[in-house]
Amino acid sequence: MTFAGELRNYLVLNARILYWLFVGPFRGKPVRLSAVFQQMVRIGVQAFPMTALTALSIGLTIAMQGAEELSRMGAAAYVPDLVSMTILRELGPLLVGVVVIGRSGSAVTAELGTMKVGEEIEALEVMAINPIRYLVLPRFLAMLVMLPVLTVFGNYIGLAGGWTICHFTMDMNTASYVQRVLEAGQPMDLFSGIIKSFVFAWLIITIACQSGLEVTGGAEGVGQATTSSVVTSILAMLVANAMLTAAFYFK
Amino acid sequence: MADPVIEVRDLVRKFGSRTVLNGVSFTVEKGDTLIIMGGSGCGKSTLLRHIIGAMRPTSGSIKIFGREITDMPQRELEQLRLRFGMNFQFGALLQSLTVGENVALPLIENSRVDPGIVELIVKMKLELVGLTGFENLKPAEISGGMRKRVGLARAVALDPELLFSDEPTSGLDPIMTAVIDQLTLDLTRKLHMTAVVVTHDMTSAFRIGTKMIVLGAGRRAGQIIASGNPDDVRNSPDPEVQQFIRGEPDGPVPLKLAPEDYIDRLLGHERDKGVNY
Repeated sequence: MTFAGELRNYLVLNARILYWLFVGPFRGKPVRLSAVFQQMVRIGVQAFPMTALTALSIGLTIAMQGAEELSRMGAAAYVPDLVSMTILRELGPLLVGVVVIGRSGSAVTAELGTMKVGEEIEALEVMAINPIRYLVLPRFLAMLVMLPVLTVFGNYIGLAGGWTICHFTMDMNTASYVQRVLEAGQPMDLFSGIIKSFVFAWLIITIACQSGLEVTGGAEGVGQATTSSVVTSILAMLVANAMLTAAFYFK
Repeated sequence: MADPVIEVRDLVRKFGSRTVLNGVSFTVEKGDTLIIMGGSGCGKSTLLRHIIGAMRPTSGSIKIFGREITDMPQRELEQLRLRFGMNFQFGALLQSLTVGENVALPLIENSRVDPGIVELIVKMKLELVGLTGFENLKPAEISGGMRKRVGLARAVALDPELLFSDEPTSGLDPIMTAVIDQLTLDLTRKLHMTAVVVTHDMTSAFRIGTKMIVLGAGRRAGQIIASGNPDDVRNSPDPEVQQFIRGEPDGPVPLKLAPEDYIDRLLGHERDKGVNY
């Protein structure tokens, strides 16, 4: 399929999701809340351990690198500032996004793709159950809620990672670490990160669903769709990230 | 007289240069059981997909309950689909739900039935297809034939006016085949449901069918080569139809080819006369 065709289908999918979210409930087809919670567990809660580990390791590495470089300039006291700014503004949303793409986005594509290949989606349509409402919408809402939530948790854990280095290798006490982090990180830094993760969530889940629903050609097709879903999501996320950073900090 | 339940006129469907359905026309009246027969790959499933509105034809008209569906908007099509049930060839059950939840799905999504009643209806429908007590198993834990029967239970869950069945009895043992045939008979004869059944099974076809069409192969691919009531088809003079009904390996649909034909087919062109190989 051509790029223009794919873009068109992608926009149509977005329009359909919004239709079932905002118009569907007034036509007697409400959002399936139980399914949303089920998906929140699968997309968000189960991704938490991996997110936590990633965020912790990032907090640790930034602090170590920072301590090394900044202390050479006699500015070791600024390590908490560095950790707080990088994690809140950039790396928190971005890396949590990457983890969720790898873990949940790919799973959504593979699941929907397998359902497409197994005629399950067609069966839903014939039973007059709209697959967008039944399958896509719960995943969409779950992702939109859970990715920002995971990002906030990831931010905290990353900051805790930074604290470990500052506390145990640089003899900084906990109170002054917390104080410096709070002084350096403005509310805007946190909010910009959360807005980013909200945009990423939208991109990740719509790309994942789109790739899954367009699978053709059996198990091989499911594999290809999953790969392309992951690659496309990561690229889209990086582009969106650059644009959002520009919008927030270079007005 | 009332409109026919299904009316198909001059249906043509092309995939690229390949014509899969070529001028198919037939009608199905209320209470009829239409059997669609034909060799593998002759377009039976494609025909069925067109009738349920899952595919749009290249040209021609399809009317269901007197309404044209070929250019019908999606939302109206959904309304129409509430009135029919479809039993897929491999069941097409949702793998993430249990057998019971699969049967309950159309009831929960498309009707306002009390959950207690839903449970009761699910038990009844599973009883109909001989699967009482399997409610809590996942589709992956039961056999292919059982999955197919769950698919049938799900298709009739909302007591549709029109039932489509894609090879409902292939892969079932003779007793289960008879049970499913009897079920189709009961639904159509007693409840006046209309059924469209795609099948290869001649015994079952002549047991339940009140009307039949046979799709051709080879040069007549995608055309109806025999139609009418079961006796018309049984007594059809067409040798291809007779070959199909009797299940003979050789006839108008060739298995073994003459050497010349074999060479033609391998080389993919008509041989020029006078050229020596």
